[in-house]
Amino acid sequence: MAIYGTALLALCTLLGAALGELLGHVLHVKANVGGVGLAMLLLIAAKAWLARRGKLTPGLRLGVEFWGLMYIPIVVAMAAQQNVLAALEGGPMVVIAGISAVTLCFALVAVLGRVMGGRHG
Amino acid sequence: MGDIVQKILADQGLVLAFAVVGGLMLASTAVSRHLTGGRIHASAIAILAALALAWWGGVLTGGKKGLADVPGLAGLALMGGAMLRDFAIVATAFEVDVIEARKAGLMGVIALALGTIVPFVVGVGVAWSFGYRDAVSLTTLGAGTVTYIVGPVTGAALGASSPVIALSIATGVLKAVLVMTFTPMVARLIGLDNPRSAMAFGGLMGTVSGVAGGLAATDARLVPYGALTATFHTGIGCLVCPSIFFLIVRALA
Repeated sequence: MAIYGTALLALCTLLGAALGELLGHVLHVKANVGGVGLAMLLLIAAKAWLARRGKLTPGLRLGVEFWGLMYIPIVVAMAAQQNVLAALEGGPMVVIAGISAVTLCFALVAVLGRVMGGRHG
Repeated sequence: MGDIVQKILADQGLVLAFAVVGGLMLASTAVSRHLTGGRIHASAIAILAALALAWWGGVLTGGKKGLADVPGLAGLALMGGAMLRDFAIVATAFEVDVIEARKAGLMGVIALALGTIVPFVVGVGVAWSFGYRDAVSLTTLGAGTVTYIVGPVTGAALGASSPVIALSIATGVLKAVLVMTFTPMVARLIGLDNPRSAMAFGGLMGTVSGVAGGLAATDARLVPYGALTATFHTGIGCLVCPSIFFLIVRALA
């Protein structure tokens, strides 16, 4: 049943968020540390475990995959509620800091990809 | 008749948001196919259109939530809010190739470190050149350049002034908007076409919304890899900016 997949996804997301909060608390940080990433790792592990036991039914897959497919529309909705006006009206300091940081990081993606890619063949 | 419309707008916010975003995607797909010959991804057009609408919503209402502040479109805030965004991001992990992800482990860690240090240094440098000299403001503005969450968290922890915190948020939001907008354009140039470079990208860019939007507009298959590293970025930023980075800035300033 599809709800099993969605419930599994919900369980992994909740556990990951809780672990992220816990990690933040232990590290004395006022933020969730890697909650989404931890939830993703949990879901990957759960999928492998279910596959081994032959319990990865089409219905269950559908319940997870639907939300994966809804990701782009959700991101579009996210973009539609950004405070774009404030971002553009922040003045020259904001614009200069934003543009230089993003440009530098784009360049570093290229450098890192080339250097590390070469090492792994 | 007007009453019925009012009632639907008020009671069916999330459902209305699904319909609105669906319409926007449909229009973007048509624009992508007929006006650009498929060269510009429909998702990229949809995200750009959504950002433009968010700007318009801000002008119209003077609010902070873009189009979601327009009466009747409040459902967009729920659909595009952190809860459903994170839920959908986790779901994309279902398609992750574990072997690919493991291979990129070390690169992800290096990218995360660089992605925190480099924007921070840039932010502090720019703030310095604009006349800021106290360590608290410099650190807060540097932290805002990491992400728009790290900025206010750091500023609140250090007791920065409200205008400085607002500027740090604006820098972070601008960064997210720039990443969403320009990633599809520079993707080929920076070799962003495989899971490993997507993990480096996620760690370096950091901003979850920027990475999520940018990769969705470039190649949806890369999303889970970028999201996997980007999600650690804000936490790490909130950890080091008000502590180690602040001590370094105070020693230097």
